[in-house]
Amino acid sequence: MLSADFVIISAVVYVGLLFVLAYFGDRRARQSKTSFLHSPAVYTLSISVYCTSWTFYGAVGNAARSGLEFLTIYLGPTIVFVGWWFVLRKLVRIGRTQAITSIADLLSSRYGKSNRLAVLITLIAVIGITPYIALQLKAITSSIQAVAASSEGARGSLAGVDDGALAFGIAAGMALFTILFGTRNVDAKEQHHGVVAAIAFEAVVKLTALLAVGVFVTFGLGGGFDAIYSRAAAAGIEIYSDDTFGSRFLAMTILSAAAIICLPRQFQITVVENSNENHLRTAGWAFPAYLLLMSIFTMPIALYGLTNMPAGANPDMFVLTLPLAAGQSGLALLAFIGGFSSATSMIIVASIALSIMVSNHIIMPIVLRSSSGIGQGDGRGVTRLLLISRRISIALILTLGFLYFSLTGDSDALAPIGLISFAGVAQFLPAILAGLYWREASLKGAASGVFIGFVVWAWTMFLPSFETVSPVVARLMVEGPWGVGFLRPEHLFGLDGLDPLVHSVFWSLFLNVFMLVVVSLFTTQSALERIQATVFVDIFRRGAVPQGNFIRGSATANDLYFVAERVLGERRAAALFETAARESGVEPAQLDPSPEFIGRLERELAGSIGAASAHVMLSKVVSGSDVSLEEVMQMADETQQVIQYSQQLELTSAELRSTAQKLEDANAQLRELDGQKDDFLSQVSHEVRTPMTSIRSFSEILLEPGELDDGQRQRFVSTIHQESLRLTKLLDEILDLSALERGERAWENRPTDAEAALERALSVCDALLRQRGMSVELGPRTRTAMVDGDPDRLCQVFINLISNAVKYNDAEQPVMRVSSLVRSGHYVVDIADNGGGIAKGERKLIFRKFSRGRRSGTDQSGAGLGLTISRQIVARMNGTLELAPSALPGACFRVRLPLI
Amino acid sequence: MAIDVLIAEDEPSILESLEFILRRAGWSVSAVTDGDAALEGVRRLRPRMLLLDVMLPKRSGFDVLKLVRADAALQGIPVLILTAKGQQQDRRIATELGADAFVTKPYANADVVGAVRQLLGENAGSP
Repeated sequence: MLSADFVIISAVVYVGLLFVLAYFGDRRARQSKTSFLHSPAVYTLSISVYCTSWTFYGAVGNAARSGLEFLTIYLGPTIVFVGWWFVLRKLVRIGRTQAITSIADLLSSRYGKSNRLAVLITLIAVIGITPYIALQLKAITSSIQAVAASSEGARGSLAGVDDGALAFGIAAGMALFTILFGTRNVDAKEQHHGVVAAIAFEAVVKLTALLAVGVFVTFGLGGGFDAIYSRAAAAGIEIYSDDTFGSRFLAMTILSAAAIICLPRQFQITVVENSNENHLRTAGWAFPAYLLLMSIFTMPIALYGLTNMPAGANPDMFVLTLPLAAGQSGLALLAFIGGFSSATSMIIVASIALSIMVSNHIIMPIVLRSSSGIGQGDGRGVTRLLLISRRISIALILTLGFLYFSLTGDSDALAPIGLISFAGVAQFLPAILAGLYWREASLKGAASGVFIGFVVWAWTMFLPSFETVSPVVARLMVEGPWGVGFLRPEHLFGLDGLDPLVHSVFWSLFLNVFMLVVVSLFTTQSALERIQATVFVDIFRRGAVPQGNFIRGSATANDLYFVAERVLGERRAAALFETAARESGVEPAQLDPSPEFIGRLERELAGSIGAASAHVMLSKVVSGSDVSLEEVMQMADETQQVIQYSQQLELTSAELRSTAQKLEDANAQLRELDGQKDDFLSQVSHEVRTPMTSIRSFSEILLEPGELDDGQRQRFVSTIHQESLRLTKLLDEILDLSALERGERAWENRPTDAEAALERALSVCDALLRQRGMSVELGPRTRTAMVDGDPDRLCQVFINLISNAVKYNDAEQPVMRVSSLVRSGHYVVDIADNGGGIAKGERKLIFRKFSRGRRSGTDQSGAGLGLTISRQIVARMNGTLELAPSALPGACFRVRLPLI
Repeated sequence: MAIDVLIAEDEPSILESLEFILRRAGWSVSAVTDGDAALEGVRRLRPRMLLLDVMLPKRSGFDVLKLVRADAALQGIPVLILTAKGQQQDRRIATELGADAFVTKPYANADVVGAVRQLLGENAGSP
């Protein structure tokens, strides 16, 4: 049979085991950075500090009282870890880069390193967590009492000891243990590897215990899930209540989601104790899996307890009393240890987290302000002060928990107490989220939001928890303060008909967010706030984050070393200064502290005493220590200006680049045009010289006296005449082409029968064709085809093409084939011949000026402008002139004109 | 008997004037109108000199000149280049290829006759 004495001794032994574990954990973690203690598994297990004795015992009680509602406590964190992991990742990144020590430090640092905000957050956290610590005390007390009541003589030495004394003993033991555990030294970045190792171990213990009890009850006693559910249904227990998934369910899910981010102990484990950002990936799935295992047997245990335990049995203790009732002493002991470990892990981490906040944000600033020189006294002043203040804080926090426990009595179930805490710390959530994602969120906004949320919470939730023990509070609840009905704590502003929890959560969070947004919008941020807002919101933007070393002025290395030594300890301070000296290449004694170094020192200090205190502390040492707001403002503005200026420069240089590109293009175009002009001139001079040569030569022959007969004379004069005509034609063509190229048009397009123009061209060329003995094949012909153009110019094009077909045809039996047709809205004429065709390389060239096919026949009268001009004319009629595949061996020119 | 001058010129009227003035000056003349024919003519007729237009169909005057200078049997033959462009570029190419003299279109008949006479190594009158 288990006795109370035995379980108490077991608990003490268990605590001793934890202590040994933590001690060796610390040593191992120090020796090796890659030890198991730095693994994602340990990180994930330590996060399960979330599962306290409320989860261990209370979830069953909650399930027995309210059905599936207990699931919300697991649902919220699961949603955050699975769906909101990016918030956690941002928190962890900020925590690591900014050396954040606590949730109060996070908010204070984000909102301009404000110590007032840190104090507010710390106070709220302490008040908010007090019921939660009381809950743990209550759970341990109840579990010991449950063992004591289980049989005759089990009370042992507890005979005559009441709950209060027992709880006090537990609280005192816990305080002692936590002090020994958590405040052995002031560590860099406040990491406690040994504690984390112990917490991870406890996570395994409580899961094992709960699963063991669950398996025993479900399969050993109940005969499986189905049997338990059907028997419970037969006993008339309503499992699936319709109103389970109502507003209360939603409110509790929101609260537990907020809690996993905002609870000081969760923040401590998830952010401060995090040694590797990637561990969050593992925790993202492993922690929800852990929660699932924790909750899997909750309902069966609750239902079995409800059906089989005597009426009036406390369902919160089913996990322990069911094995006890079944006479399973070993299992009961395991269950007790499991519940005990749930409670201790919460108390240890929560009180460490809170004590850091209290000492960094309340005690340190007071000391800094009151003592004129922190450098006086012995060399380890600040470190010792920190340790002492933390130890006192722990004692104070546990005392508060004990007081709350004794004040509220033992009538309350576990779950509602936990929810009070959840709702309290949930007031941090709006300020945190706004701090991470909303640049404009200001200190005043955050502070007023948190404050109003806290006040409403205290009024609507914290205060009512004293209802049963205080007649004053009870009257207040019914009548309202001074009889003002709409201020009644659970019916605020006349809001009736809501569950008290939903009522409180709604009003506190609504007013919190409302104040945060409105006040932020109507206040301006200080320079430091703006800087910190940027650092936090843009933490993932590489390079964009200025490191806030905004203490300006000068300080001797000696003074700074004095401060650093007191906070960081001699070894770390010396290392820091030596590194800096090495970097600037001087002896440590001659180190001239640069603003960068002071900034680095500030961050290091912040890792131990929080951002706000570090800021104040260094400001005292650095001469010109009044960090003038104007100066900081100016610095921020200068940075802003430089950024803007460089953006403008970038813009301008981009413009310049594009202008230069355009100029280059234009230049290239000009050069090409210039080249074309040269070509043109050289071609023209060639075309002019040839007839000029004949004319000059024959003129000279004619001018010389005698010897010529009449026939010769006649022949030479006619050659001169022909060459003159050729020159005239050349001149005409050049002028014509020039006009066409300039875009002038000697005609107006009008509806023209293209087929008639083709017919006319054929009849004009008839004489030429017959002269060359060329036969004309007439292919298929269309009828009247109206196009937009000029009949004479169109005829000119056709004549040019036909005469080309004649001139360049050296076949023995020259043939030309002309066909026309209408195809897809176009009038298409093909003029093909059986000549030598056009060499592949010349196909593009022939439409250029002065280009004549090499295979020219005997008639060289053209200047090589015909095709160029024809093409221009057709283009002005919106048509095309191209080479087309031919049915005959020679070339085939195709004119395409759109019909109208 | 070998002919005196082979004329390679594709413009019919210019060819006619050249034939007329050279014949009148007393030389025997033959004519071709493209580059291939010019090369073939030089080989077959073995003229005492070649009057070569630069712009010829099928094979350019420069091409013909180059092949003539590369042929051991022909390389001694004097070549008078006739160019319509008369530009420095053409002149330089022709000199490099081994032309002996130039006449630029439009030419004075006397210049052509003078150049031919010089290349044939005669002072005046008929041979």
